[in-house]
Amino acid sequence: MNLDKTEPTAVPAAIELIGVSKSFGPVKANSDIHLRVAKGAIHGIVGENGAGKSTLMSILYGFYQADSGEIRVNGQPVRIRDSQEAIRLGIGMVHQHFMLVENFTVLENVLLGAEGGALLGKGKAEARAKLAELAREHGLEVDPDALISDLPVGAQQRVEILKALTRGAEILILDEPTGVLTPDEADQLFEVLRQLRAEGKTVLIITHKLREIMAITDAVSVMRQGRMVGTVRTAETSPEQLAEMMVGRRVLLKVEKGPANPGPAALTVENLTLRDGAGVERLKNVSLTVRRGEIVGIAGVAGNGQSELLEAIAGLRRPTSGRILLDGTPIPHDPRALREMRLAHIPEDRHKMGLVLKFETRENSILGYHLDHRYGGALFDRAAIEAECQSQMEAYDVRPPNSRLKTANFSGGNQQKIVLAREFERGPHALLIGQPTRGVDIGAIEFIHRRIIEMRDAGKAILLVSVELDEIRSLSDRVLVMFDGRIVGERSPEADERELGLLMAGVTGAGERGAA
Amino acid sequence: MSQPAARLPLWVDFGLIPLLNLVAAFAVAGLVVALIGENPLDVARIILYGAFGYGEGVGFTLFYATNFIFTGLAVAVAFHAGLFNIGGEGQAYIGGLGVALVALGLDPYLPWWLLAPLAVIGAALFGALWAWIPAVLQAKRGSHIVITTIMFNFIAASLMAWLLVDVLNPGAGSMSPGTRFFDAEAVPPRLSEILAPFGVDLGGSPANLALVAAVLAALGVWLLLWRTRLGYEIRALGHNSSAAAYAGVPIARVIIIAMLISGALAGMMALNPVLGDQGRLLLEFPGGAGFVGIAVALMGRSHPLGVIFAALLFGMLYQGGSELAFEKPSISRDMLILIQGLVILFSGALENLFRPALARIFAPRAA
Ligand SMILES: Nc1ncnc2c1ncn2[C@@H]1O[C@H](COP(=O)(O)OP(=O)(O)OP(=O)(O)O)[C@@H](O)[C@H]1O
Ligand SMILES: [Mg+2]
Repeated sequence: MNLDKTEPTAVPAAIELIGVSKSFGPVKANSDIHLRVAKGAIHGIVGENGAGKSTLMSILYGFYQADSGEIRVNGQPVRIRDSQEAIRLGIGMVHQHFMLVENFTVLENVLLGAEGGALLGKGKAEARAKLAELAREHGLEVDPDALISDLPVGAQQRVEILKALTRGAEILILDEPTGVLTPDEADQLFEVLRQLRAEGKTVLIITHKLREIMAITDAVSVMRQGRMVGTVRTAETSPEQLAEMMVGRRVLLKVEKGPANPGPAALTVENLTLRDGAGVERLKNVSLTVRRGEIVGIAGVAGNGQSELLEAIAGLRRPTSGRILLDGTPIPHDPRALREMRLAHIPEDRHKMGLVLKFETRENSILGYHLDHRYGGALFDRAAIEAECQSQMEAYDVRPPNSRLKTANFSGGNQQKIVLAREFERGPHALLIGQPTRGVDIGAIEFIHRRIIEMRDAGKAILLVSVELDEIRSLSDRVLVMFDGRIVGERSPEADERELGLLMAGVTGAGERGAA
Repeated sequence: MSQPAARLPLWVDFGLIPLLNLVAAFAVAGLVVALIGENPLDVARIILYGAFGYGEGVGFTLFYATNFIFTGLAVAVAFHAGLFNIGGEGQAYIGGLGVALVALGLDPYLPWWLLAPLAVIGAALFGALWAWIPAVLQAKRGSHIVITTIMFNFIAASLMAWLLVDVLNPGAGSMSPGTRFFDAEAVPPRLSEILAPFGVDLGGSPANLALVAAVLAALGVWLLLWRTRLGYEIRALGHNSSAAAYAGVPIARVIIIAMLISGALAGMMALNPVLGDQGRLLLEFPGGAGFVGIAVALMGRSHPLGVIFAALLFGMLYQGGSELAFEKPSISRDMLILIQGLVILFSGALENLFRPALARIFAPRAA
C-alpha cells in the first residue's frame, strides 16, 4: 500500500474517511475504507464494476448511511443523513444519470429545491445573476432560458455542475461523468474542472477511462471488491500499474489481434436513406459491406446517424429507401425473423433496449429468443431456461452468478456481459454491436474485446459502432466515418488519429484514400 | 449507475407494508368515526362480525369478493402490459349482456351445468368486445386507453339502459328495469345449497359457483403471466416497450390481446350477480365493482394471489359495511365509502408511505 502518508497534516483534508463500511445484505459494498482527499485537488477513483465506488460516493452525498466508520469534512467529524445535509456541508454531486427536469428551463432547474420562498420572482432574479457570474468565472456557458430537453448532453451536464455550484459546493463529486460525452465535450468538462481546482475547490471523479485519470487527476485511489487497495499520486503511476491494482493481475490495455481473413460479403447496405418521425433525414444514401471474418467499425461523434443505421439493419426502424441484404437476400423488417436469420444485435443502450431491468436475469437471458421451442411448449420449460442462463453466466463470468436476481441489481459491466452472452452464445452469422464497453471496467473491456475478436476469427461478419475512437481503431479491420447521416470516408484503423478526427467533424477532402 | 433503491425482504414487501397501510387507513377511519361520536372499536367489531361472524355474512363477503376478484384481475393483467384499464365497469356491464343473451336464448333447453359454460363464454366474449375498440385505438392510433375506456363506461351505461328499458324488458309488472327471470333450472346452485349437506351454513347468501370460476381465473392469470410466452411478452412490454420491440414482440398485437384478456375477465364478473344471484339482468348491476377492481389490483400488487386477498378485504368492507349501516343508523353509507376511500388512499396512492422507514430498518440485513 502506497498511501500518501507524507501529506502535510496542517491543512485538514477536504474529505477524510476512516474505516467506512457498508453492506447490502451479504454483499460488502464497502469494507473498512480509508481515504484522504486533499483540498484543492482533483482526486480520481477507479475500480472494477461493482467495486463499490458509487456506493462510497452515495455515502458521502447522504444517499446511504455507512454501517460504521467516520466521515470528516474539512477536519470536522460529520454525520451526513441526507443530501440536504451534504449540500450544507458544501458537497455537490453530479450523477451519472442526470437528475434534471426535462421540460424545465436551465434556470428553473437550478432553482429547483432552492426556490427561496413561495414566490419565484426574487429567487429567480438572484439565480439568474448567480448563473451569469458562475458562467463568467468558470466558462460554464449555458443559456439560462433554454429548455433542458433542447440541450446536448454536455450542456446538460454543465447545468448539473452549475446546480451544485449555486448551492455553494466546495467539493464536487462526479460519477462517471464522461460516459455519455463526446470527446470534445469531455475536454470542455476537464477544462471546467481544472478551473474549479484553480479556485481551491475539490473534485472527486469516478471514471473507467484511465486516460482521463492520467490527464486530469492529481491523485488516484483504487478500489477492488469493496476495499481500498491504495492511493497513488498520478504523476508517479501509469495506466498499466493502475490496471493491475484494479484487477489484481496484469491487464492487456491493447487488443491483440491477428490480421483478418475476410470471406464473402455477408451484410450489404445499399443506398439506405431514413427519415425520422419528424421528417428529418437521419441516414443519407448510406452504402457499406461487411464481409465474413472482418470487423467494420463506424467512427463518428454520437448522433450522426450511427444509432439509426444499427436500428435500421436490426429491423427496428423502417428505411425510407434503399436495401439491406443479409447473405444476398433482402432482410425483413422484423427483429424476430432477423434473429432466425442469425443476425445478432447488441444495442447501444442496454438499459433502454437490451434488457428488461425488472426481469429476473434468467428471463433476460432469453429475451428475443423466448419463442424458441427449446424453452418449452405451451408453457415455458423452466429447467431449460435456467440451464440456458446458467451456461451463459458461466461462459461470460457474470457476477454474482445468480439467475434469479433482477438484472437491475447487477453492476453495469455485468449487465453488459448478460447481453453479450445472450447474443454471442447462439452462433450468429452476423453481428451488430453498439457501444460494447460503455460504462464497463477495464478487466471486462479486455474480456469483451477478446470475445469480439474471437467471433471475427470464427468467420462472423461484425459491424461495430462506438463513440470511443480508441475502441474502433483497436478492434476494426476497416473504419468508416459517419458524419451528418453520411459515410464520409473509409480509412484503415492505423490512420492518423487527427485525420480521423477531422473526418468525424465533417472536414472532408484532405488525404482521401481508398473507397467504401 | 446504482440508484438508492433498497430491496426489502419479500415478507416485508408483500406482508408488512400492505398491513401497515391498512392499519393506517383504519386508524384514520377510526378517528373520523370517533369524531361523529361513535366508538371505533364498536364499529370495527360490527364490521368484522358482519363479514365473518356468521355463515350468511361469510357468504355475502365471498359474494362481493367474487366480483372484485374478476375486476381486480382485469385491471392487473392490463397493468402488467403497462395499460391502465379504467373500463372494467363498462366491460362487466356488457359482459352481463353476454350472460343474459345466452341464458335468455337457451334456458328453455339446457340444464344449468350446460348453460353455465356457455354463459362464461358469453360473458368473456362480450367483455372482451367492449375492451377491443379502446385497445385497437390505443395500439394503432395512440388514443390514450384511460380516456377511451372511461368513455366506453358511459357508452355501456347508456346502451344498457336503452336495452333494459326498451328492448329486453318484459314489460308487465316489472318494477326495476331488467330482463325477465331466467328459468330456475338454468341457474346454477348457490354455495349455500352445495355446502349445506356438509354442515356449512351460509344462510340465504348469494355466493355461488362464480367464486370457483374466479379462483380458477386467478390461477389462469398467474399461469399466463409467469409461465407462458404471451405473458412474458405482456410483462416485457409493460416494463420496457423499447426492449420489447427489440425482442421482436409485436407491440400492437400484444396491447390488443392483453386488453381483450382484461376485458374478458371484467366481463366474467357478470356471472356472479346475473347468473348466480339475481337470475336476471338488472339495470346498473355492476354497482361500481369495476372501479373497486382498480383498488384491488393496486393493493394486490397486480399479483393474482394479492388480488384474491385484496378482493376478500373489500368484500369484507362491503358486507361488514352494510351490516354497520343497518345497526348504526348514525353511520351512513357515505361513511363506508369514506373508509373504502381511505383504504384505497393508503394502499394505492400512499403506498410508499412506510417504505423509506422500513427500508432503513430492513435493507441492511436484506437478502
Ligand atoms: N441498493 C443496493 N442493493 C443491493 N446491492 C447493491 C445496491 N447498490 C449496490 N449494490 C451492490 O454493491 C456492490 C457495489 O456497487 P457499486 O454500485 O458501488 O459499484 P461501482 O463500483 O459503482 O460499479 P460500476 O463501475 O459498475 O458503476 C455491487 O456488488 C452491487 O451489486
Ligand atoms: Mg457506479
